[in-house]
Formats: sequence, C-alpha cells, structure tokens
Amino acid sequence: MITFLWVIVVLISAALLGFIYRLVKGPTTPDRVIALDAIGVGLISLIGLISILFDTPFFLEVILLLAVLSFIGTIAFSKFTEKGEIIQRDRNS
Amino acid sequence: MKTNDLIIQTTTKVVFFIIFLFSIHIFFAGHYTPGGGFVGGLLMSSAIVLLLLAFDLKTVQDMLPLNYVMVTAIGLIIALATAAGSIFFNVPFFTHVYDYFNLPLLGKTSIHTAMFFDTGVYLVVVGVTMTIIQMIGGDE
Repeated sequence: MITFLWVIVVLISAALLGFIYRLVKGPTTPDRVIALDAIGVGLISLIGLISILFDTPFFLEVILLLAVLSFIGTIAFSKFTEKGEIIQRDRNS
Repeated sequence: MKTNDLIIQTTTKVVFFIIFLFSIHIFFAGHYTPGGGFVGGLLMSSAIVLLLLAFDLKTVQDMLPLNYVMVTAIGLIIALATAAGSIFFNVPFFTHVYDYFNLPLLGKTSIHTAMFFDTGVYLVVVGVTMTIIQMIGGDE
C-alpha cells in the first residue's frame, strides 16, 4: 500500500513537471494561466496523498484553502486578460 | 463594450457562501485544530475579493455597507479590551480564563476569552486586507 502511494506521488510529481514546462514554455498568456490552475490541482492531490502517508487529518483544511485560492487566482488572471482591469469601479457605466 | 458575465456571477453567488462558511468554521476550529483568526480573516476577505471580481466596487459597497477602516479599529479595540480586562481582576495583562456554559441550542460549550482576542484579530485582518485592495483597485 505504501509503495503504491509513493508511486502515485512520483507520477503526480512528473505531471507537475509537465505543467511547469508548459508554464515556462507556453506561447500565450492563457496557456500559462491554465498551467497555473493545473499546478494548483496537482498540489492539492499531493497534499492529500501526503496526509495519507503522514496519517494525519490536519492537512485537509489546506486542501480546501488551496482550492479556494487557486479558483480566485485563476478568475483574477482571466479577468485581467479579458478586460485589462481586475476590479472595476462601476461595470454599468 | 458591454460583456455578459452570467456564468461567473451565478457561480460567485453560490461559492461566496461556501467560502464564508469555511471561514467561520476555520475561525471557530482554531483552538483545537489548524486555523484561527488570521486564516479565517484572510478567507473572509478572499470571499469579498471574489465578489469584487464578479461584480464591481459600487455593487459590493451596496451589498456590504462596511467602512473597513472602522472594522480594523473595532477589531483593535476588541483585542485590546480582552487583554486589558484581565488587569481588573488582579492578574497579569493578557491572562485568559475559560469556563463551561450551557448555551441554548449548543449545549455544554467551553468559552475561552482567547476567542474574543481571536475575533479582534479576524476583524483587523479583514479590515486591513479589504482597505488595501479597495485603495489599490479603486483608482480612477
């Protein structure tokens, strides 16, 4: 069981390396934004696996926190690429 | 150019309450599990930032009519009052006490004065973060 978990950790780390390659290499800004979002998901799954390996439930709040922060960060980036400003003063005018 | 943000606005109306409840949970769970006033305050302000991203400054100010400088001041006053309240009982500054109370709806609950200090920290973190973000984001 422990070997199986470590194999998954290695696989997710390899996937993270692929995301980082896309983050560095990505030709356009949306590629990099999606790579950052996918890195967030990869980190969430790594934290889940590590909390199984360390046999503690105390990391589970970090998972939800990281999901919230990754969501808000992705929305901020995509609003910046679409509208050029992140927080509008009055969107109806 | 008017764009239609229906998906992000509908998602925000649901996700805001999830983040808000998670922030309240992290705030109250801070005594026995990871969390506390600081993380809870940051989550609350990130929920308000999500509202700011989906709508705009004026709409959010109409939804939550809060003066965040006043929120910071009230938080500081609560934290200082909790710390200073101990000197009226001939014990050192910042001495905390706890006891068990029978609250309606909750049953036997331990209430610790460190929770009121944490409330102050929560309000200060929300106030300072939202003041910074509104000052930077709200330029003409």
